[in-house]
Amino acid sequence: MATSSVSIKHLDLNFGATKVLKDLNLEIGQGEFLVLLGASGCGKSTLLNCIAGLLEVSDGQIFIKDRNVTWEEPSNRGIGMVFQSYALYPQMTVRGNLSFGLKNARLPKDEIDRRVARAAEILQMENLLDRRPAALSGGQRQRVAIGRALVRDVDVFLFDEPLSNLDAKLRADLRVEIKRLHNQLKNTMVYVTHDQIEAMTLADRIAIMKDGLIQQLADPHTIYNKPANKYVADFIGSPAMNFFDGELLGDTFTSGNLKVPLKAYEFTEGGAAGGKVWFGVRPEHVFIRDQAEAMPVTAEIEVEIFEPMGSDTLIYTTLAGQNFHFRVEGQEIVAVGDKMKIGFDPARASIFDQATEQRV
Amino acid sequence: MSDASVNLRALDGPSGPKPKKMLSRRNIILYGTLIMIAMYYLVPLYVMFMTSLKGMPEIRVGNIFAPPLEITFEPWFKAWGTACTGLNCDGLSRGFWNSVRITVPSVIVSIAIASINGYALANWRFKGSNLFFSILIFGAFIPYQVMIYPIVIMLREMGLYTKLSGLVIVHSIFGMPILTLLFRNYFTSLPEELFKAARVDGAGFWSIYFRIMLPMSLPIFVVAVILQVTGIWNDFLFGVIYTKPDNYPMTVQLNNIVNSVQGIKEYNVNMAATLLTGLVPLVIYFISGKLFVRGIAAGAVKG
Repeated sequence: MATSSVSIKHLDLNFGATKVLKDLNLEIGQGEFLVLLGASGCGKSTLLNCIAGLLEVSDGQIFIKDRNVTWEEPSNRGIGMVFQSYALYPQMTVRGNLSFGLKNARLPKDEIDRRVARAAEILQMENLLDRRPAALSGGQRQRVAIGRALVRDVDVFLFDEPLSNLDAKLRADLRVEIKRLHNQLKNTMVYVTHDQIEAMTLADRIAIMKDGLIQQLADPHTIYNKPANKYVADFIGSPAMNFFDGELLGDTFTSGNLKVPLKAYEFTEGGAAGGKVWFGVRPEHVFIRDQAEAMPVTAEIEVEIFEPMGSDTLIYTTLAGQNFHFRVEGQEIVAVGDKMKIGFDPARASIFDQATEQRV
Repeated sequence: MSDASVNLRALDGPSGPKPKKMLSRRNIILYGTLIMIAMYYLVPLYVMFMTSLKGMPEIRVGNIFAPPLEITFEPWFKAWGTACTGLNCDGLSRGFWNSVRITVPSVIVSIAIASINGYALANWRFKGSNLFFSILIFGAFIPYQVMIYPIVIMLREMGLYTKLSGLVIVHSIFGMPILTLLFRNYFTSLPEELFKAARVDGAGFWSIYFRIMLPMSLPIFVVAVILQVTGIWNDFLFGVIYTKPDNYPMTVQLNNIVNSVQGIKEYNVNMAATLLTGLVPLVIYFISGKLFVRGIAAGAVKG
């Protein structure tokens, strides 16, 4: 049985009259990399602060390593935390930053030196130890911040949007580094971000949050292919999913002149009741020209706008009287007004009830 | 070839930085106003300084703007060492040392307490902290005159009335509202994540204050020191009320020298005494002016 490393039970958090987290339950397994993903204001950072003990919960319990830490101080919870703005102590050297927590814990000096040396080795910053944060680049600072969590020798790492302050290239580099670190240390990591690429690439499981509730908790593959509701479907994927407003009748979806047979579509338990639905197609699941012929559903469209992005090109058009966009190979030569045949497979689509916005 | 490259450089029309006219209307108005305002403050200072270097016969001639024909430092020595106030004839030196004995402890005590107040209010939001803060700030709006007599009674009961230590307590209390506001705003402007990181690192209330916050707050401490030194040094009201002649601060003594009704008015001594009294705040400004501006900007913006 996989023991749970962090376990959150019926957690409520209110700021005055505002309910930020509502009866939230979450089990995070030992060694798991869990990403909390959501737009700003969804409560993901708040949840992380609750786990860290930096915010007092209004109701509910938090267990770390099967120990109830709901009333514990942050330093006694067995967590290390990495912040978006690095939060390095500016007047201390890197070594001072790394050892500050250990000195507070009154560890013997040789133990402190040993741990600092180990963290510096893992993060490859032995030559930076005597510098001050002001003399470091953004990536180096964030590495020190990770090191500060590392030296604490804890079971759970908490990351609060650690890469959001870095430029795109550094972000990609450090993302890989964090993943490597996780493979090496096998600690439990809880990672907050609003960046879906970070979430998809790093996570064992993603928890998508909105308005203080977890919308879906699943592995990245499931989240991408079988989003539980329209919000998740819309949030994950760039460019965003297309949604057709239409009606479900038996095994056919109808929207204007577009008729989609749904023989191959996997309905959820008790789904396919019929009625008004959203029919979602990912832009990258649309094929053109020859490849389109092989698809169960085909249509003729006219290019209205196109955005070449190098590796691929995004085409905007109208289908069944509604806006529609899809991705084609970047080498494809297109021009405004081109007519082309497109096709997609309804088995890879997602259908959501318009009333509940849940997957059917 | 070289001709062609020269031609390429010769661009038609405006190019490079726009030429600035020294005597534009804007500059004349701007500098004219600045010079006028500077004169407004500097001319009296000039007159005082010149007068303090003249002997009495020369002053009676009446050319107050003229530089001294014969420079004498006698008035300065008299103001410092031998001018009489009441029974004491040891000049301003007594008042100077009294003022030092009042200002130094008041500044240290008030800043120490206010910075801890501000830190607690900014970072450790305890129950009722907002109410506490409101009450404290409200104190800044109560006119001093309301509190004068109650404080006289309070100090008398504590046995500190007319003592220097009593005056130190009064100054420390009256500095509290504005200084707490100053420090709270500054600490609020420091990144909150730093405080969170320190808590995760297991630092407590005092450890965070001394190890993390203090080293980052030099500018605001400079501002507080300047505000308090000038405020307390220049104070007259509390000095005259809560002390006795032996313990009068410099400002009160200056008033007694300048406003004495007996004998002839020694303008040169009066000017020298006034300049001596104003010297301490002036020196503080000159030493720390740059830090002051930086600190004010850092502390005042966020509410």
